[in-house]
Amino acid sequence: MAGITIPAIYFPEIIISKIESSLQSLGYMDLLSYQDTALHKIDPRAKFITSLFFILTVVSFGKYEISMLMPFVFYPVFLLTAGNIPAGYILKKILYVSPFAFMIGVFNPFFDQNVILHLGNTGISGGWISFISIMLRFALTVSTALALIACTGFNNICFALNRLGAPKIFAVQLLFLYRYIFVLAEEAARMVRARNLRSFNGKGKGIKTYGPLLGNLLLRTINRAERIHLAMICRGFDGNIRIMNKYKFGLRELFFVSGWISLFLIFRFINISQLAGILVTGLFI
Amino acid sequence: MHMADALISPAVGGSMLAVTAGLIGYSSKKLKENLDEKVIPLMGVLGAFIFAGQMINFTIPATGSSGHIGGGMLLSILLGPYAAFITIASVLIIQAFFFADGGLLALGCNIVNMGLFPCFICYTLIYKKIVRGSVDRKKIFIGTTLAVVIGLQMGAFSVVLETIASGISALPFKTFVLLMQPIHLAIGLVEGIATSAIILFIYNAQPELAAGPAGINESVSVFPAKKVFIGLIAGTIIVGGMFSWFASTHPDGLEWSMFKTAGVEELEGPEHGVHSLLGIIQKKTAFLPDYSFRVSENAPKEEGEAVWPSVNAGTSVSGIVGGVLTLLLALLAGFLLKKRKKVAGNN
Repeated sequence: MAGITIPAIYFPEIIISKIESSLQSLGYMDLLSYQDTALHKIDPRAKFITSLFFILTVVSFGKYEISMLMPFVFYPVFLLTAGNIPAGYILKKILYVSPFAFMIGVFNPFFDQNVILHLGNTGISGGWISFISIMLRFALTVSTALALIACTGFNNICFALNRLGAPKIFAVQLLFLYRYIFVLAEEAARMVRARNLRSFNGKGKGIKTYGPLLGNLLLRTINRAERIHLAMICRGFDGNIRIMNKYKFGLRELFFVSGWISLFLIFRFINISQLAGILVTGLFI
Repeated sequence: MHMADALISPAVGGSMLAVTAGLIGYSSKKLKENLDEKVIPLMGVLGAFIFAGQMINFTIPATGSSGHIGGGMLLSILLGPYAAFITIASVLIIQAFFFADGGLLALGCNIVNMGLFPCFICYTLIYKKIVRGSVDRKKIFIGTTLAVVIGLQMGAFSVVLETIASGISALPFKTFVLLMQPIHLAIGLVEGIATSAIILFIYNAQPELAAGPAGINESVSVFPAKKVFIGLIAGTIIVGGMFSWFASTHPDGLEWSMFKTAGVEELEGPEHGVHSLLGIIQKKTAFLPDYSFRVSENAPKEEGEAVWPSVNAGTSVSGIVGGVLTLLLALLAGFLLKKRKKVAGNN
């Protein structure tokens, strides 16, 4: 990549399109999953089951719950630290996808105006509390999903899904899909860049060129699938992909799953935050 | 319109996941019966195409906004409902994992909303009914656009039903419907026109591709709607019922009985050691089962007052203080561990 590089800031739309930044973030998450920490070495099934249980527990609280959700922060924080994943990056991704939960949640303060909490003289309505609760759940579940993939890798998730009973056809084409996203998204990004460079004042970006643009990409994609299939037959493909089993569900995995799940159950039924609060307010106030 | 984990209850998320798992299993079985192994790479690569295609936009005249394709209908036309359903489910799985669109528990909801309706209902009952016999451009355009629009309306309505059934959002049913349906009518029209533009291009270039599922035995593209839906509805009721019994959003029998057991045990147990500590913990926490803020209606009055004269303010303040404290502690732990790791790495 020698030569003069123009800072992207001058032509933000042309140089870094949305598609390229998505591709970059996919690639970066993929890169993170190739690290070699102790957490990365745990059987993907263990991490998958634990994370699913975590999400299930978090969303099982009533809509006005805030304080009991707090201790659950430990799990994503653990994944991020033990998996050596940059927290700032994950945080940015969470903010990026927050609009939907925000848009639905923000109506709660308007429709639910019963005051259910008094702090001194100010009354706080149920709507605000449930809104905060929604955003908190959102941050917890999303950060866990992102951290899970960053410390496991998508190929291993497919492996876990297959070993947990998902049909083989499903797992195999999921692997294909993931592999070819990188190829096709790069191709799409080149097409978008070419269109942008040829377009003046937004002309030529309408539906008239869109149909042929995507249609051509689709035809090339189908041809590519045929070539891939022929290449696979040459290499002895018989409808099965044999996924190498490099993980074992051993004592470490058992400990990981049972340890976290019992912790989640404690967090679910005992209000740790409140106990900590009673302790502190009792000592200092 | 990706549903988020934060807005659903375990009952809704769990039953939708069960429905999805069942449908994926059923579709895989159907595909396997008539497997042309060519279709597996085709499904994967077309899924990647949808993924890339959704990132290419076109401008909508006079509005300043832009639109893109949906995916479910395009895949159904090219692959038939079963393969299309598996492929769109895969696209949604990747979006959930890498871009946090939706979430892991909401995955079932999203696959039902964006996969089940376009692939199994609108493709078979609308597109197939319109585009049959002698195919021409007008039929393809009307069939595709209409199927996409109706599929999106069903999906949007399903989002509303799932949200209302979960009870986390306070939006009233009517307001939510009036909010969602018109927006998705506009989105549906845009997606429908975009999808038919692509299908029409394919129809001109390689008519055999647009005519029917590529590389798939025709018998696989027929969908026994009635049989499957009876199964689906039964499955939803059973699983939904099971989940809501285990994890209701209201204080349920399980928790109340826990409270009662705890109360009795605390009275009869020894007054020292671990037992008394556990008893205190139980007593301190159990009079607000899990709703630290819904004090007034739920807590048994006399029990609360005996321990805590000003239940409302006191417990709430300690809840807030403790919550913030726990949060800080978790973040601090992560920060310190990270720092230690960095130092170790530098040495």
